[in-house]
Amino acid sequence: MPIDWIYGLVGGLLIGFAGVVLLLGNGRMMGASGIIGSLVDQTSGAATPERVAFLFALVLVPSLIQIGSPVDTGTIQSPLLLICAGICVGIGTRIANGCTSGHGVCGILRFSVRSIVATVIYIVASVLTVFALRLIVG
Amino acid sequence: MRILLALLSGIFSGAWDPTLAFVMGGAIVPMAIAWWMVPGRSPLAGGTFASPQEHRMDNKLILGSLLFGIGWGLIGLCPGPAIASLSYGGWTGAVFFIAMLVGMLIAPFMVRRVDEMYAHA
Repeated sequence: MPIDWIYGLVGGLLIGFAGVVLLLGNGRMMGASGIIGSLVDQTSGAATPERVAFLFALVLVPSLIQIGSPVDTGTIQSPLLLICAGICVGIGTRIANGCTSGHGVCGILRFSVRSIVATVIYIVASVLTVFALRLIVG
Repeated sequence: MRILLALLSGIFSGAWDPTLAFVMGGAIVPMAIAWWMVPGRSPLAGGTFASPQEHRMDNKLILGSLLFGIGWGLIGLCPGPAIASLSYGGWTGAVFFIAMLVGMLIAPFMVRRVDEMYAHA
């Protein structure tokens, strides 16, 4: 759809402004996997309240404005696939210390070599995975 | 890079589509301006700016990013949208989210294993 890129741009700008608020307000770089992962393994320390607040708002706001649609797993509606993918994302982002928001957005603009390498690797890996999936399921 | 992003967004639309490049591009612009404003200031809420931990490039970064990319490619959800999807993602979003939390619980043990492997190598 031709309008999709506008939604993408507006959504991206909003994500960017969220990062601006966290950086200039609290002095921290925004990263979704770090925020939730540090709460899971209890390494968040003094940042715990702000991280809980971040998660709370991230769930609350979409439910208030009622946009977004159920997660589409594409041609394969498989709980097993969801579980495998979730575990991969959970382990991977914690081991690599960042995901799309941390390495992809915040890391790239700092010209962090680590983040740029991480971003290239996970984008290539995901593209190859999509191709592999298409080959298997057609 | 842009072409790869466009490819990836095919997960959502079934066709090559530059939407994801606009999302990342749109997010980077305000963040880059804020990052440029940081030197010589302090955070509005007080304290100091947390200096990003600059670990060296290592196997964990590569292995972790590979795993993350595979998981992202399988379903098309990364951690931020996975959290947000709890409010609109239905049962599929919830299953993915719980599996992601399990992965995050396992990760510290994996990190220890990888460290040990390379310590003995």
